[in-house]
Amino acid sequence: MADEFEPRIIAFLCNWCTYTGADLAGTSRIQYPPNIRIIRLMCSGGLDPVYVSKALLEGADGVLIGGCHPGDCHYQSGNYKARRRIAILQSILAQVGFDPDRVWLRWISASEGAYFADTVTQMVSALKAKGPNPLKGQGAI
Amino acid sequence: MIETLLDAPQGTGQAVRMLLRSLLEKKIVDALLLPVRMPGASVAPALVRDPALVDNSAPLAPVMPINAARAVQALTITGHRQKLGVVLRSCEIRALVELTKFQQAKLDDVVIVGVDCLGTYGVEVWHQAPDKQALIDGLLASAGDGNLVPAHGLAFRSACQICEQPVPTGDHVALTVGLLGVEPGTLFLHARDDIAHALDLSASTTPPRRAQAIKSLTDARIAARDLAFASYRTRVDSIQGLLAEFGPCIRCHNCMTNCPICYCRECIFRTPTFEHDSELLYQWAERKGSVRLLPDTLLFHLTRLNHMVTSCVGCGMCTEACPAGIDVGTVFRAVGDKVQALFDYHPGRSLAEAAPVQEFREDELKTLGERPH
Repeated sequence: MADEFEPRIIAFLCNWCTYTGADLAGTSRIQYPPNIRIIRLMCSGGLDPVYVSKALLEGADGVLIGGCHPGDCHYQSGNYKARRRIAILQSILAQVGFDPDRVWLRWISASEGAYFADTVTQMVSALKAKGPNPLKGQGAI
Repeated sequence: MIETLLDAPQGTGQAVRMLLRSLLEKKIVDALLLPVRMPGASVAPALVRDPALVDNSAPLAPVMPINAARAVQALTITGHRQKLGVVLRSCEIRALVELTKFQQAKLDDVVIVGVDCLGTYGVEVWHQAPDKQALIDGLLASAGDGNLVPAHGLAFRSACQICEQPVPTGDHVALTVGLLGVEPGTLFLHARDDIAHALDLSASTTPPRRAQAIKSLTDARIAARDLAFASYRTRVDSIQGLLAEFGPCIRCHNCMTNCPICYCRECIFRTPTFEHDSELLYQWAERKGSVRLLPDTLLFHLTRLNHMVTSCVGCGMCTEACPAGIDVGTVFRAVGDKVQALFDYHPGRSLAEAAPVQEFREDELKTLGERPH
């Protein structure tokens, strides 16, 4: 088992919902795989796709974007804007030969610690099934 | 709107120049932005105040050194005092509409004059052509039935070969000079009522062959476009394809500089964000085995796709600007086709439609972000 592929996930989580949800998962001692590296944002709507692209090009196996449920954005509408941007990003990725399902957008509220842990667990297992990011072995790109 | 067919015994080019000159002489506009002959027989957009100098213009020259929407941006972004006429082709008008939506140009007191585009050659091709009038005449001769063929041995710019919108359309266009389906020796105008009144135009017939000529040209271009899209999708069906497509990129950023839609003054690629510390480059080389320099070449293109493919009007200036010969424009058109379809958005079609990145709807993309079942 030592050689099993362990995906590396970069997560961009909004401060008000998903990051707090992740915090709740921790304080509630809910177990989830340690494959995730979290970057806290004030809002999912503030995430420029350049950073998601950069993570993927640098070899991240998956990127998770977490925001408040629709209608619950701390800034009224940031998550709706994020949703459009991620839809655009996923369409572009699919059209440049990159698997768009390596990018997950999930609405996870501050009270959904268990759902956050569950999401990470599912994402890790989905990425294990996909295998490593094909860009990882490319060397200079 | 009125449509009228005028006699142009002096030839189409001269008739268009006289029409444009009358816009200045009749004070319909105070200044005109239009393609003007430059020393050495090149053509570039220029702002003309003196009506006599309109005679030196080349409104039908099949060459497009820049997307002149950028010139309109320069003239209007800080406000303009005068009534400005701008003579543009369809892709330039579409770019101008997009720039206006992003508050990079103002169309108050701007009279948009659209000219049917008969296709354009690259700047180099135009520059080296010995007989430039022959290039114009050749296209005018084939405009009658819409079967536009480039001069022998030459090719249109790749963007023009797949352009299915050669005719300026939309309420924002005050005056259209129609060339497609129009017989030599006549000039077809489609004018807003106020312009028609000021120019003393009265409605007459529409050239009988016009609709058919436009349809025949559009059909041919759509077929060519779909072939180009299919070819792109075959080439870039995996990440290897993408790496090959942009492999020759020298990261000069020319495509961005010449893109009419890429207007950001604070573009992230012009900030220190991607001026990595050399230690970081060594670290990447250590981790990956090697790292391409200059770094972030592919990231640049992916980011540009993300930032502006929704508004790409397909003018192809990026392809012209690429010293490495990458057909950036076709990549953007092919990818943009599907991304724009997500929002049923047509860049440059109407000032009333917000660009996809400017708005959102609560009742769209409902499954994205939700817990999968």
